[in-house]
Amino acid sequence: MADQVLDAKGLNCPLPILKTKKAIKGMTPGQVLQVMATDPGSIADMTAFCNQTGNELMSQSNEGDVYTFEIKVA
Amino acid sequence: MLDAGDNTKKMTLIVTKGTLDWAYPPFILGTTAAAMDVEVTMFFTFYGLQLLKKDLDLKVSTLGNPAMQMPMGGMHMSMPNIMPMIPGVDRMTTTMMKNLIKKKGVASIEDLREAAVEMEVKIIACQMTLDLFEIDRNDLIDGVEIGGAATWLEEATASDINLYL
Repeated sequence: MADQVLDAKGLNCPLPILKTKKAIKGMTPGQVLQVMATDPGSIADMTAFCNQTGNELMSQSNEGDVYTFEIKVA
Repeated sequence: MLDAGDNTKKMTLIVTKGTLDWAYPPFILGTTAAAMDVEVTMFFTFYGLQLLKKDLDLKVSTLGNPAMQMPMGGMHMSMPNIMPMIPGVDRMTTTMMKNLIKKKGVASIEDLREAAVEMEVKIIACQMTLDLFEIDRNDLIDGVEIGGAATWLEEATASDINLYL
């Protein structure tokens, strides 16, 4: 489903955001990036990042300690 | 990054501290802002200039910092102010801090600085501090601009966020 998957597990603030930005830069509008992170701060941060940059946060979920985000590239 | 559209937000940071712990706030904010399409200028002055040296040898000291408590075996250890006077204690604290950074998946300052350069953060080194402390410009990383208070002010007056760190 996702066009690209980014494994940001084990990384702390601000690395999940920096890596997400880097991944998005290499993608085309409409594509979906799936990010997996273990940083609990990424729930608030990923929302803020998408609000600010205009990329769409399609979904977020968590299973155990892993948070998964799906972002549609603007 | 530098779309320079009308809605582009801008931020400047004045970076004044050169210890391992206080190197984090400016580089975290600078890189995150750049990732969020904010145009970032970082002005390095006084001890902050140490963060621009090609070879970083940053240390942390507990001196004058009673709030510093290192996690240790499920407890927290604070250090009396006499401790950093003892030779080797600052080195030990620095090593502890670096180990913690690695263990917790926190980026190194080197990595964050590289990310800042990669994301076209504008980096300005204070000319006066270079003169004052006789710092060789060639010892600083590439891509650094040299400027003074007026250079920062020009950016700051056109910015949405200005922070002194």
